[in-house]
Amino acid sequence: MTTAQLEIQLIAVVVAAACALPGVFLVLRRMAMMSDAISHTVLLGIVLAFFVVSDFGNPLLMIGAAAVGVLTVSLTELLNKTGLVKEDAAIGLVFPALFSIAVILIGVFARNVHLDTHMVFQGDLVFAPFDRWQVLGLDLPRTLVVMTVILLLNAVLITVFYKELKLATFDAGLAAAMGFSPALIHYGLMTMVSITAVGAFDAVGSILVIALMIAPPAAAYLLTDRLPVMLGLSVLIGAVGSILGYWVAHYFDTTIAGSMVMMIGVLFGLTLLFSPQRGLVALARRRIRQKWEFSQTMLAIHLLNHAGTAHAEEESRVDHLWEHMRWHPAFAEQVVRYAERKGVVRRHSGHLILTDTGRNLAQQAMMH
Amino acid sequence: MDILYSLFFDYTLRTVAIGTAIIGIVSGALGCFALLRKQSLLGDAISHATLPGVVIAFLLTGSKAPLVLIIGGIIAGWLATLLVTTIVRHTRIKEDSALGIALSVFFGFGLVMLAFSQTVPNANQAGLNRFLFGQAAAIIERDVITMGVLGFITLGLMTLFWKEFKILSFDPEYAASLGFPVRWLDILLTTLLVVAIVIGLQAVGVILMSAMVVAPAAAARQWTNRLGLMVGLAALFGAMSGVGGAMVSSLGSGLGTGPVIVLIISVIVVVSMLLAPNRGLVWNWIRQQRNRHRLRLETVLSDLYILSQQHQDPSHGHSIEILRAMNVGRGGVEHSLHILLEKGYVQEIGPDSWVLTPRGLAEAKRLLQDMNGLPQPLQEVTVS
Amino acid sequence: MDSKTKALEVTDLTVAYQRKPVLWDIDLDVPSGVLMAIVGPNGAGKTTLIKTILGLLKPAAGHVLIHGKSYIEQRQIVGYVPQRGSVDWDFPTSVLDVVMMGRYGELGWFKRPGRRERDLAHDALTKVGMADYADRQISQLSGGQQQRVFLARALVQDAQIYFMDEPFQGVDATTERAIVTLLQELRAAGKTVIVVHHDLQTVPEYFDWVTLLNVRCIASGPVSQVFTDDNLRSTYGGRVGFLSRNGTATEVAYGHPV
Repeated sequence: MTTAQLEIQLIAVVVAAACALPGVFLVLRRMAMMSDAISHTVLLGIVLAFFVVSDFGNPLLMIGAAAVGVLTVSLTELLNKTGLVKEDAAIGLVFPALFSIAVILIGVFARNVHLDTHMVFQGDLVFAPFDRWQVLGLDLPRTLVVMTVILLLNAVLITVFYKELKLATFDAGLAAAMGFSPALIHYGLMTMVSITAVGAFDAVGSILVIALMIAPPAAAYLLTDRLPVMLGLSVLIGAVGSILGYWVAHYFDTTIAGSMVMMIGVLFGLTLLFSPQRGLVALARRRIRQKWEFSQTMLAIHLLNHAGTAHAEEESRVDHLWEHMRWHPAFAEQVVRYAERKGVVRRHSGHLILTDTGRNLAQQAMMH
Repeated sequence: MDILYSLFFDYTLRTVAIGTAIIGIVSGALGCFALLRKQSLLGDAISHATLPGVVIAFLLTGSKAPLVLIIGGIIAGWLATLLVTTIVRHTRIKEDSALGIALSVFFGFGLVMLAFSQTVPNANQAGLNRFLFGQAAAIIERDVITMGVLGFITLGLMTLFWKEFKILSFDPEYAASLGFPVRWLDILLTTLLVVAIVIGLQAVGVILMSAMVVAPAAAARQWTNRLGLMVGLAALFGAMSGVGGAMVSSLGSGLGTGPVIVLIISVIVVVSMLLAPNRGLVWNWIRQQRNRHRLRLETVLSDLYILSQQHQDPSHGHSIEILRAMNVGRGGVEHSLHILLEKGYVQEIGPDSWVLTPRGLAEAKRLLQDMNGLPQPLQEVTVS
Repeated sequence: MDSKTKALEVTDLTVAYQRKPVLWDIDLDVPSGVLMAIVGPNGAGKTTLIKTILGLLKPAAGHVLIHGKSYIEQRQIVGYVPQRGSVDWDFPTSVLDVVMMGRYGELGWFKRPGRRERDLAHDALTKVGMADYADRQISQLSGGQQQRVFLARALVQDAQIYFMDEPFQGVDATTERAIVTLLQELRAAGKTVIVVHHDLQTVPEYFDWVTLLNVRCIASGPVSQVFTDDNLRSTYGGRVGFLSRNGTATEVAYGHPV
């Protein structure tokens, strides 16, 4: 592994971590699509700020770009508040408009500048190691420095405001009642998202920012119920996906950002399928297992409900069971056998009798 | 004027303009249903997600025939929709995250495929890039024919199932209770949306095509309260921005057509939201001002009436200061008095001494009666 | 009760969301021509029961008959009033248009509503006192007016049996009176009306038949026989206790002597 390769992967991990932290709250607060909007519109900020400072390394450029990210949020809310369009439409109106302006500005005024529209999606991670800064006597890639600062900023902000963020995420009403302004927290989070998107933009492009902010937290959400674990897992999934993506790109000689997104997608897909509690496979298996237990409980309740009524005789006959429950006869027979094995019912001259176990089962089920 | 002349007589530009007009019409019309069903962002996810489909269709067939690429795009768009539905239905992940994942992962995969297609030894692959931002100038007659046929089928099906799509969008559960197979109707309507998006990719690009779904519909919604008219207007706005974009980008600026089209339609949206009668913000503001103005006059009038009732001598004059005191916080008392004077409702019988005229007295009485009769007089005013 | 006079027959119905049961083994017979309330605490499965009867949810077991046949065969004689909050009232359409939707099922595929549907919709709007609002955009309606529009939409279905989900939810007193009158007229015309209701106080006054539901069917029958202290307690658990401790409230709540 060359130094450049190592540095690229280091950058990728830092970017993944910096994106995953605010991403967790976006996903939990159901605002994931704001990352889509912001990561597109910061381009406008970058372009406008570039006209002023003419230097991509200038911190003012980042601030200007982040401001446009926040402006996107406010414009969306403003549109939403007019009541003329719904929130999803507001997002869908604001960011294409701002993004179009940016692309047109680039096309008209900045053609000779290092900003072509391709970079918008994919960034230029391959070249990241060539743009270097001297920091604390060390010679480091600029992007690595910038993203480390942003990662630290995100980590500090989330640690300091952890309680407020958590409360505002899970119970906005209570948070407001306790004096934490939901608007302040919302805009704080959106500023974090904007700054992160800007910092990551020239390295990895908008599409990887979106993927890193949404997919790892969503995968982590399928794996845990605890917020700190979810934060940690998101960082881990994002980092692993990025490194895998880098090597895929390396071996197949293709776009780094694209393959990183693809590998993060693969990791999400695997989690979606195989998460032990909430994966699709676990879900299907649980359903099959529960189907028998559930049918057995239904049978028990059915027998209990009709015990002692005038219809008890008719309702408990094995060969009429499928008719009442609308089960397939073969299925009804299987359920009865299953219930017999578990000691829930007994057969008695073509009738089903509920055992004590069965009665308990039915009664408990009905108490929810 | 040259550009208008070219629009009619320049064969190339005319072809391009017809193509972008078709795109605007179809996406505008179908976009109305997406907007009303709160699927605005689904359009965004679908259009991003079509990229790998387009590229893979090319890689498999080696052909850039529009129909081939469109079918590829439709399949990919469909798979993305399916992924979103599966995630939302079977896990705790919410729709916004599912959309974001489908959008980014499919698009990232598309970028990989695009990079891969560049390494394939086939001179034909140049130009796939234009699916990112769209290049209307590249539209040729063959494309227009494909777009036209697909657009015609799409709009034809929309018209045929008009009543069904309407009830599906308004109240799907009730539609199901009436016996309509809402699941199939939903699939059909989503498919039409996918088709509408995919035929626009070539000219507008995958990044911005979502705007052609949301924006014309959002603009049209402001002007009318009827679904039919809304769909018609959205189609018109879509066509306008399509043709406008084609014309501007044909000026040789080298701009992607997509951004220009989106900018035009965004301006139409802003104008609609500001100026559309009834819903427009400007009209709303004027209405509010008018109400406030009227309310001020009415307050002064009724205050004078109350004062005259309290005083033994009804013709006794009252000063502006008293009226101001009664009228806390509303301001503009003096101005209101002068307007009332012009209307002949009050008169100034001495220096700073105001009294109601007989006409003003009658008007004030009527006003107070109305106010007591109606529980919320102000609301009635704002609604009208 | 033989099956001809039964408007609704629910047998051994179990409904589950994600295998978590919401309704357990419901048996319910409703005679033709009654005005019935379905009451029960939140989460008791009232709406689920109605939706399952209407085929909108698939039961895990059991079946439903309407006038002796399945819902699919009897769709034409069933009217439905969903919860008012279930739709977006900013949808670009007029009051008359919404009411005409009640005819869509009868019209079948592709056919557009015409003069006949328009006339029927106007009649229905007149019945609910909304004739003057036919051309209004639906976003301009108050809650009570929205509810009347939904009722009118069900009326044009010209059904034999009506299912209504919380029609009194958030409506003004005048509308509530108007709806009650309308429901009683429907019953007088021989229709069966089944209403999800949440106000126990008004059950004896408005309805003649009642089903007490809490995941399973606690009791069902004439209000005078079934709407008892005991049954209410087993439906609501401890939550109805305050009614029983307070003598006057009990009387208001139950109306009929227990």
